[in-house]
Amino acid sequence: MFLWKKVMAQRILSIIGSSIALIFSIVLFSQVWQNGTMVIQAGNWEAPYGITLVSDTLSATLVLLTGILGLAISVFAAGSIVNARARFGFFPILHFLFMGLCGSFLAGDIFNLYVWFEIIIISSFVLLTIGGEKAQIEGAVKYFTLNILASVIFLTAIAVLYGITGTLNMADLSLKIAAIEDKTLVNICAMIFFVGFGIKSAVFPLYFWLPASYHTPPHAVAAIFGGLLTKVGVYAMIRVFTLIFTLDPFLENVLMGVAMLTLFSGAVGALVQRNLQKIFSYLIICHIGFMVAGLGMGSTLALTGAIFYMIHDIVVKANLFMVGGLLYRINGTSNIKRMGEMYARYPLLSLLMAVPLFSLVGIPPLSGFWPKLSLILGGLETGNYVLIGFILFGSFMTLFIIAKVWAEVFWKKKEVTNPPANFRFFEAHTQREKILILIPIIFLSILSLGIGFGAGPIQALSERISGELSDVSTYITIVLGEKSN
Amino acid sequence: MEILLALMTGVLYAAGIYMILRRSLVKLILGLILLGNGVNLLIFLLGGITKGKPPVIPDGPAVLGEVFAAPLPQALILTAIVISFGLQSFAIVLIKRAYKVVKTDDLDEMNTTDENA
Amino acid sequence: MKTLILRTASNYLLPLLLLFSVFILLRGHYLPGGGFIGGLIASIAFVLHAFANGLENTKSLLSTHPGFLMPVGLTLAVISGLAPGIFGLPFMTGLWYDEAIPVIGMIGSALFFDIGVYLVVIGVTLTIIFTISESA
Repeated sequence: MFLWKKVMAQRILSIIGSSIALIFSIVLFSQVWQNGTMVIQAGNWEAPYGITLVSDTLSATLVLLTGILGLAISVFAAGSIVNARARFGFFPILHFLFMGLCGSFLAGDIFNLYVWFEIIIISSFVLLTIGGEKAQIEGAVKYFTLNILASVIFLTAIAVLYGITGTLNMADLSLKIAAIEDKTLVNICAMIFFVGFGIKSAVFPLYFWLPASYHTPPHAVAAIFGGLLTKVGVYAMIRVFTLIFTLDPFLENVLMGVAMLTLFSGAVGALVQRNLQKIFSYLIICHIGFMVAGLGMGSTLALTGAIFYMIHDIVVKANLFMVGGLLYRINGTSNIKRMGEMYARYPLLSLLMAVPLFSLVGIPPLSGFWPKLSLILGGLETGNYVLIGFILFGSFMTLFIIAKVWAEVFWKKKEVTNPPANFRFFEAHTQREKILILIPIIFLSILSLGIGFGAGPIQALSERISGELSDVSTYITIVLGEKSN
Repeated sequence: MEILLALMTGVLYAAGIYMILRRSLVKLILGLILLGNGVNLLIFLLGGITKGKPPVIPDGPAVLGEVFAAPLPQALILTAIVISFGLQSFAIVLIKRAYKVVKTDDLDEMNTTDENA
Repeated sequence: MKTLILRTASNYLLPLLLLFSVFILLRGHYLPGGGFIGGLIASIAFVLHAFANGLENTKSLLSTHPGFLMPVGLTLAVISGLAPGIFGLPFMTGLWYDEAIPVIGMIGSALFFDIGVYLVVIGVTLTIIFTISESA
């Protein structure tokens, strides 16, 4: 941050910084994997009074994924962000965003979660608006309004919750909420939380800001937004609805209904779009539906599916947006009607891009298949056949859309494009920039292939996470210490 | 006092939501600010009000007296105020940029991002 | 706003307000006050000066860009947060030097954290206000 103007140094520092963060997150993950949930009481104030940072397996996994993506996106950004943007502090703010993400995954009390959310929002605003083109500013206005509104709603929910229980520590809340006889106010509070997180994670009636803003910023930014930001909302939802509030039939029905409509509207929205980035934006919405569905079914198996899906989706979505960026660089447009002949011109690159595209669909050996299997099995187990129908519908629509993209972009004849002035095609990039852009895509593709072929360990990990989430007593004991028993 | 605060919270929420539903950018931001203040009052209200007993330890004794105002809501509100200060100053810069770039204050005209291109 | 009264007054008010902000900063641990409020008072002092004498003069008075204070303050705060880690205590535990020092009072890591906050607040506030008033 001292080197506000020195762009080259920032790039190198940024990559070094994310590598260090990745190493730390790996250490954290392996520690949690071996020793179970870890807790830090900041300032040595005991829970439930002080600020607590908790890392259970879910948090550690997500922090690990953030670390991986952080490195990938730093490298990609180093290759693709122009100097004019970097001079406005792109890289420091990018890392601020990563800090916010890690913080919100580790937060152990609900107000702390709110603060981290705000850090994420502020830094994402800046990333969204750096550059200041017309579309960017308009997208930012929408993103900004809806997200502040979501924070206000979230804070209202916190206020009500504090009024009911008099505590903010999540483990303590879990105990106190369970002890309350009259659930009316608690359920209202849960609904306010749901609306707040719903806006952030872009579920059905609240998603309109996402396709309006996600395609406007540079592709490196879109990659991290698409990969991680909406997932923070889903993470918060999973955390709040497993730890603090217990799901009753009414809440489950709300979640499942929302999931169905999200799947449907996301898929149909993606169908009519022609801008590649917008198609991916709608696909994000569609696939948020899978995760909410898994949470809503309320069985451990379905939750396993939802978590596996989240892990897979974070990697693949970030990669997709980077691929989208690469396609834009090569073709000079994001409109799929105008692209074409990719396969004839760049056969190897096309194969590379096929990996994230088809992982997303979930063709059997690739990574999208296994979590869907768990979700559908979970649905069969709980007898939610309508929801299974929607999940299948969502998958087939995704398949159709990806097939369409593939046919349009890679096989069709290319049309003449007229890119904006001072546009630099991919060929015009220096060798170093090309390598920096390609490395993260290759890396994440291999990772998603790995998730697909080596699904066993990830499945075991997801099962362990959902086991922890279904039985919260260990979490509570560890956070509050022995005295709570 | 509680009733007054409850009424104030209601008025702030209502005014904030009304402002958000207008089409002007400036009113949108004003609405968000009002909503933010409404939430802060709500936290204050729900935290319980104790008059004239600040949670500050006087010079003599080492612990607080029997009755004191809960410090937590105040800390929460302070944090919320700081955060909303940052967000609002950013928002104001943003709407100024937006006004310069788009040359309108009307939210209905800001729809280039929804064009299918 | 080039009135004589404001301009004369702001010249005297600037050092007074800065002193007051440091006073507020130092009394902050046990009494109302602290880095955030102190930082706000200090930045108000500079804003008042800018109102009276123009932005350029205030900037030359500051000599560094206020944005520079942000990383300095952040680093200070983070270091004082991490310092207890050396002694095997959790993040942000208060460390205290045993004897009180005249005028300043008890020295502890919390004080350095507050100074960090103070610098960050001045940096952020002035950057925001300068940016807005420049582009006006």
